[in-house]
Amino acid sequence: MNIIVVGLSHKTAAVEIREKVAFAPTQMEKPLRAVVSLPDITEAVIVSTCNRVEIYATTRDVAGGMARLKRFLADYHGVPLETLESHLYSYHGEDATRHVFRVASSLDSMVVGEPQILGQIKTSYGYAAEFKSSGIILNRFLHKAFSVAKRVRTETKIASSAVSVAFAAVELAKKIFGELSDKTVLLVGAGEMCELAAKHFINVGVRGVMVTNRTYERAEKLAQEFDAKPIHFEDLFDQLHKADIILSSTGAPHFIIREKDVAEVIRRRKMKPMFFIDIAVPRDIDPKVNDVENVYLYTVDDLNGVVASNLEQRKIEAAKAEAIVEQEIGQFFKWLSSLEVTPTIVALRSHFDEIRKAELAKTLAGWKDLPPGAEKKLEALTNAYMNKLLHHPTSMLKKTEQGNRNDLYVDALRNLFDLQADIHEENNLMELED
Amino acid sequence: MNALLFNSTLVIYAVAAFCYLSLLIKPKEAVGRAGHWLISIGFLVHVGFTVNRYLEAGHTPITNLHESLSFFSLAIVGVFILFERRYKVSILGSFVIPLALVILLVSAAFSHAIPPLNPALKSKWLAVHTTLAFLGYAAFAVSFGTSIMYLIQSHFLKKRRLGSLFQKLPPLDVLDEISYRCLTLGFPLLTFAIISGAIWAETAWGTYWSWDPKETWSLITWLIYAALLHGRLTTGWRGRKAAMLSIVGFVIMLFTFLGVNLLLPGLHSYK
Repeated sequence: MNIIVVGLSHKTAAVEIREKVAFAPTQMEKPLRAVVSLPDITEAVIVSTCNRVEIYATTRDVAGGMARLKRFLADYHGVPLETLESHLYSYHGEDATRHVFRVASSLDSMVVGEPQILGQIKTSYGYAAEFKSSGIILNRFLHKAFSVAKRVRTETKIASSAVSVAFAAVELAKKIFGELSDKTVLLVGAGEMCELAAKHFINVGVRGVMVTNRTYERAEKLAQEFDAKPIHFEDLFDQLHKADIILSSTGAPHFIIREKDVAEVIRRRKMKPMFFIDIAVPRDIDPKVNDVENVYLYTVDDLNGVVASNLEQRKIEAAKAEAIVEQEIGQFFKWLSSLEVTPTIVALRSHFDEIRKAELAKTLAGWKDLPPGAEKKLEALTNAYMNKLLHHPTSMLKKTEQGNRNDLYVDALRNLFDLQADIHEENNLMELED
Repeated sequence: MNALLFNSTLVIYAVAAFCYLSLLIKPKEAVGRAGHWLISIGFLVHVGFTVNRYLEAGHTPITNLHESLSFFSLAIVGVFILFERRYKVSILGSFVIPLALVILLVSAAFSHAIPPLNPALKSKWLAVHTTLAFLGYAAFAVSFGTSIMYLIQSHFLKKRRLGSLFQKLPPLDVLDEISYRCLTLGFPLLTFAIISGAIWAETAWGTYWSWDPKETWSLITWLIYAALLHGRLTTGWRGRKAAMLSIVGFVIMLFTFLGVNLLLPGLHSYK
C-alpha cells in the first residue's frame, strides 16, 4: 500500500490559483467522500489552508492514483487541469512521508516555525476521521506527523524567536518591562509598520494607547481604530512622561524628539525606563536619546537586525528539525512495510499450498497400484519441497532492519503471484511508538 | 556530627551552584528545578548544622569568622529561596548561589573549634544583634547579585547586543523590583541591628556609641542604603544608578563585616 500526496502551496502557486482550489472547512464531507470513492483510492485526508491545498491518500496504483487526484482537484473546482497541472506537486512513498512531516513541523511554511499549520492539519484530519475517509494507514500516518511536529517543537528552538519587526519590538519591550499589562504605548505619527506594531502591543495586552499626529483629525481617526486617546501634537512633551513605549514614524525631515527633551521627561517619570522605537526614515528621534539613563532607543534597522539574527537562528534550528524528520521517516516506513508482510506471507503460503494440494490430488487420483504408505510419503515430500522453496523468501520478508526493502518484495510478490490480502490492524509485525 | 553536616552542606551547595551556573549556558527547566531542590535541601542541612552548633556551644554560633561566615551564607540562601519562590527566576541562583558557596568555602578555611565564649559576648543581645545584622547583610547580598544582572542586561540593551545570555536573563524591571525588595528587607534589619547593638553597648560598655571602627563603618553602610532608598522614593533612583549604588553598598558592607574584623583593631574584632 502506498501513501500519495497531491497538492499545491505558496511555493508553487500564487494566491489567485490557491483560492480557486481551496475547500471550505464547513463542507468537507462531500469532497472527502468523493475522493475515497475514486477507483483504487482507499483512504483520504484533505488539508486546505490559505497557503496550501493538499490531498493525502492511500492507493495500490501510485501513478493512477496521482492522476485521479489531480483530475479530481480540477473537476471538483471546475478549473481546467491544464491551468492547474504546472502548480501541482505529487509525492509518493518516502517523499510523501517527508513532505507531510515537514509541513506538520512547519518546515514548509511561508514563515518557517509558525505554529498555526499543525492545528490546521489536525482540524483537517478531524474531518477525515469524522467522515471515515481515513483508515488504518492515514490514521497512523497523521498521528505520526503530529508526534514528529511535537518533537520538533520541543527539541529545537524553531519557533522561539520573533521574526517580524513588529513582534521583535514587543519581545524587546517584554525584556525591558516584564509585564506589559500596566504599560502605555504612544504612537507618534502614523505609518503601516507603526500601526502594525501597535496592533501587536494591543494583542499582548497593554494598559492603554495614546496617539498623536501633526493633524489632530488623523490622530482622532487612528485613536478610534485602536480605542486609544488622541493627543494634540503640541502637547507631545507634556504627555510623553505617561508613555512607557513610544512608536514613532512621522514624515518629519528632522528629529522631533531630542536628548534634552527625554532627559527632562525621564526625570518627571522618576527614572522609570522608556522604550523608544523609531520606525521613521528619516529618523524622528535623535540617536543620542539612547544615552539618557534608563532610556532604550531602537531604530527600524536595529529591529531588522534582531529579526535577521532570529531568522538565522531559525535556519540552524530548521536543520536540526530536518534531521528529526529523516529519523522519523525511517521509523514510519518500517511500520508501513511491516503492515503488509504478514498477510502477504499468509497469502503466498496458501497460494502455494493450494497448488500443491490440487496437483497431489490429481496425481493420486490417476495412480492405481499405489504401494502402502506412499501417499503419506508423497504428502511429506511435496510439503518439504514447498517449505524449502518458501523458506528464504519468507525470512527475507520478515527482516525488519534498516535498508531491507520489504515493501518492494511485498509489491513484487503480490503482482507476480496475483495475491489478494487484506490489511488488518492486528497484523502489524511491529508497533510504532508515538 | 558538626563536620559531617558542614561538609554535606558544602557539597550540596557546590552541586546546586553547578546546576544554577549551567542555566547560563543551557537553560533547562529540569536543571532549574534540580537546583531549587538541592538548595532547599542544602539549606535544611545548613540549618541543622547551625542548630547543632548552637546546642554544642551553648550560645548563638555567630562569635568568630568561621561561624559568622557560615551564618552569612545560610542567610543568603534563605533570602534567595524566598525571592526565587516569589519571582520565579531560577537564573538569579546563577549569581547568588555561587556567592553563598564561596562564603561558605571561606568559612571552612577558618578554625572549626568551639572556643570558650568571650565574656564580653555573654549576653542575650548576642543572638538578636548578630542575627539581625547577618539577615540584613544577606538581603543586601541578593540585591548585589540582582544588581550585577541588571547592569549586564542594561548594557546588552543599550548596545543592542541581544545574544543568548540576554535571552536568558530576566527583564530589567523584574531585576529592579527584586533588588528594591531586597533593600526594603535589608535596610530595616540593618537599622534594628545597629539599634540593638547600641543598646547592648550601653549595657556592656556603658555607652551607646563609641565610634569603634565597626560602628563607624556600619553607619557608613547604613547611610549609603538610606540614601539609595531615599533617592528612589523621592527623585527616582532606579535602574542603572540604583544598581551601581547597591553594588557599592555591598562592597562597603563586606568591608564593615570582614575588613574591620581583620584590619582595624577595635571592640568588634572577633577572629
